[in-house]
Formats: sequence, structure tokens, C-alpha cells
Amino acid sequence: MLKIENLQAGIEGKTILDGLSLEIPAGEVHAIMGPNGSGKSTLSYVLAGRAGYEVTGGSVSFEGKDLLALDPHERATAGVFLGFQYPVEIPGVSNLLFMRTALNAQRVLRGEPEASGAEFMRAAKVAAANMGLDFEMMKRSVNQGFSGGEKKRNEMIQMALLLPKLAVLDETDSGLDIDALRVVADGINAMRSPERSTLLITHYQRLLDHVQPDRVHVLMAGRIVLSGGAELAHRLEAEGYARIAAEAGVTTLEAA
Amino acid sequence: MTTLPTRKDEAWRYADLKRLAPLWPDRAPKTRTLTGAALHLDDRITGTGWHDEDIEINITPGGHLTGIIAQTADADATVTQHYRITLAENARADLTLLSHGAAYARIVFDVRLADGAVFDLGGALVAGGDQNLELVTFARHLGPNATSRQTVRAVAADRSVVSYLGQVAVAREAQKTDAAQSFKALLLDRGATANAKPELEIFADDVKCAHGATVGELDRAAMFYMASRGVPPGAAEALLAAAFVDDALSSLPEDDTSRTALAARLETLIAKRAKS
Repeated sequence: MLKIENLQAGIEGKTILDGLSLEIPAGEVHAIMGPNGSGKSTLSYVLAGRAGYEVTGGSVSFEGKDLLALDPHERATAGVFLGFQYPVEIPGVSNLLFMRTALNAQRVLRGEPEASGAEFMRAAKVAAANMGLDFEMMKRSVNQGFSGGEKKRNEMIQMALLLPKLAVLDETDSGLDIDALRVVADGINAMRSPERSTLLITHYQRLLDHVQPDRVHVLMAGRIVLSGGAELAHRLEAEGYARIAAEAGVTTLEAA
Repeated sequence: MTTLPTRKDEAWRYADLKRLAPLWPDRAPKTRTLTGAALHLDDRITGTGWHDEDIEINITPGGHLTGIIAQTADADATVTQHYRITLAENARADLTLLSHGAAYARIVFDVRLADGAVFDLGGALVAGGDQNLELVTFARHLGPNATSRQTVRAVAADRSVVSYLGQVAVAREAQKTDAAQSFKALLLDRGATANAKPELEIFADDVKCAHGATVGELDRAAMFYMASRGVPPGAAEALLAAAFVDDALSSLPEDDTSRTALAARLETLIAKRAKS
């Protein structure tokens, strides 16, 4: 589904991703763990196409297509979803209007019929209920006045409505209490299917107790230095990044 | 007949005097006088040529003026519309202005507030091309305990100019005045201009006067967030711009046709930019 080869990217002339390679087959959940500054968020922004992030080398293909050649909204339409670490507030634009606009924009670009008002409202009610978010919040401005946990639930609601093929979730677990973490984890697990893949970007192993990953990758200094099964997350939690870094021959944990 | 003001006149600082100069010698403004306790203003300014009108409105004690002024004149039109409103004791005015037509439109509200009067104005200006849209307000607090509010939102695309000149004058007798003025402009293009000129003149000592003016561009973080959900740039801009002007339309009925006309104007402006 997603194939990243020798990716080099950065911002303002500073190289952050330095030869990152990663492949996620359809139907799998992969986790990327890494210390602060290792390039985790940069990877998510580069995949989603945020302005200012420059790719200087390597390639990213999504279902065989060159993902980097697409505009951000085209990547979303192709099926890539980015769950934000810090979801953006949009004053004056209601959550429902935003989601309906997004869903129908994707459908139009894919040549599919738009969702009717009733069809959309039904889906939105189900998605909000599954995430334990009061439907009244869906009528409010996007993320405005939402607590940290509510914002993350809102990301999961959006994901459930848009049904992406690949969800890149950037520290979706940060700022969540234990109950909210379970709800969000259930949301991620509910998306699991042979056609869908998920890339979880996280600091901690906590989320991985609830969402069992197929593969775990360790990101350091802008590249993947170690990959393994779910047990790698536990090892990291127990031993810390420094020991892994020494084993992998990485002298600095941060990107160059 | 009066002579054309010059730029030295503060209230005319951003006016399109070049456009007015050839028209001014033959000036014969229409006039209207309205007096009452319950009045509703429904001014739809349309058509071509020069639309020039002086309107005097007197609201009797405890009375209420509501109204909509929708300026959607033809692209080559000139508009100079001057409202002189006197609010007697405890009278109230709630007005919404939507101005997005004409080559040049200057709309003035000169409001006198007696003891306990309330003046609330929402103003939305949307300009593109070479349009010049101007809003001028005077809130003259003559008696105590009066409240005035101006919430003005302006969107400017292409090479257009939007200006807001807002004066709040508080007389010595006007203690406990509560005045608030908020102007925000959104510039969609490098060539667009927004002028803001807030002015406070306060002679009483126990008053609350707040004003703020900001000029900004579209929120890039919001644009990326929307794009990451599949919303194309043009549609994202239209949503953000509509939300931006909506602040000024809180007293306008949801189903008023001027609301849809303004939204349509915004969409056309943004669609035209997306293509070019």
C-alpha cells in the first residue's frame, strides 16, 4: 500500500528525514516509535503534503502512484488520512459543514455521487456516538473550545466518516486519559480491514497495548534503525532509546 | 451645494475623490426622513450610475429601529449613502450592512445616542477587482448609559481597497458609556488593501471604550487541515472567508436573501482567483 524509499526531506534547508525507508502492506498496522526530534511529525507532514516541507530525495508511492506528485487534497482523496497531533481550530466553520464539504469534495473528485444531507447526518451521528462525543459538539466550530481529548476523538470521527485506505496517526494518544485512550484505540481497531492500513506514530507503548501492531519501527536521526514485531515496543519501553541507538550505531538520537 | 471634501478631511481620507470629482458639481442627493418608535429599514441599493442619498432617521424614546442595508449595485456604479440617525432616550437600533457591489461605495452612519440608547451595527464588506468599498461610522454618545457596537468584517481580493473609519465621540455628560468597535480585514491577495482608522474622542471619565483592528491573511494551518481532509484550496478559502464575515451578520435573519447574495459573491471572487 505504502512504500517509502530512501526518503530525504526537511524544512528551511534543514535535513530531518535522512534516508528513511518503510513499507506498509495493505491490511497491516505499523507503529513508528522514536525520541523527540527524530523526525516523526516531519514524516507525517511530508506524507500529507504540508507546505514548507521539502523532499530532496527518495520516493513515496501509494498504491503504486507517486504520492509526492499530488496536492494535499488529492492525497486525501486518494485515501491518505492524517490524524493531527494538534488538531487545528477553525472558528466559524461547523464540524458538520466541514466534514460534509470534505466528504463530498472527495467523492466528486473520485467521480462518485455526493452524500445526501440525510445520509451524511446518519453517518455523522453514528461516528460521534461510537467515539462518545455529544452530537451537539458536531454542530460547533471545528475543534473550537474542545478539550485535548475531544479534539482527538474528533479526529477519529473524521477518519470514520472519510474511511481512508491509509491512516497516519501522529501521536493520537497524546493528551488522552485512560478511558479516552481506550475509546480512540477502539476507533482505530474498528478501521482494521484487509484493505486498510494504519501508521501509528507514538512516543509510548501505551497505545500499543490496545492496538496490536503488526510491525514496530524505531525512528532515529531521520531514518528507521530497527524494525520488529509487537514485542519491540515492550523492549523499547523497558530499555529506552539510548540502548537501541548504541546497538544500531546511531550517535545522536535527533535528526541532523 | 457643498464643495467636494479633500483628503485633509479625516473622514474622507480614503475616499475615491477622483471618481467623485466629476460627479460632485451636479450633486443633488435624494433625501428621506423617517420618524417613529418601531421602524424597519430595508434598503437594497442596486442598479447603475450614481446612487446618492441622505437619510435622516429619528427614533422616539424607547423605540426600536431594525434594518438591512444591502449594497449590490452594478460593477460601474458609484454609491454615497449617508444615514443620520438620532436615538432618543432608551431607543435602540440594530442594523446590518452588506456592501459588495459598485466600483466605489461609501456608506456613512452618523448616530447620536441619548441617555440609555443602544446602537448595534454589523458591517460586511467584500471587494474584488478594482473595487473601493468604504464604511464610515460616527457614534456620538451625547447622554449617559448609552451603548454602541460596531462589528465590521472586510474581505479584499485582487487590487481592491476596503476601508473602515470609525469614530466614537463621548460627550462630557455621557458617563457610563459602553462603546466597542471591532474591525477585521482579510486580504486574499498581495495587491489588496485594507485601511482602518479607529478614533476615540472622550470627554467623560467613567466610560468603557474598546476598539480593535486587525488585518490578516487566510490561516495557513486551517487551509492545510482542510486540505488534509480532501477540501480543495478554493472551497477551503470560501469556507474560511464566509466564516470570517459571518461575525458581522449575527443580527441578520438566516434566510435573508442578502446573506446568500454575499456568499455567492465570495464564491465567485474566490473561484475567479483559483482559475487565474
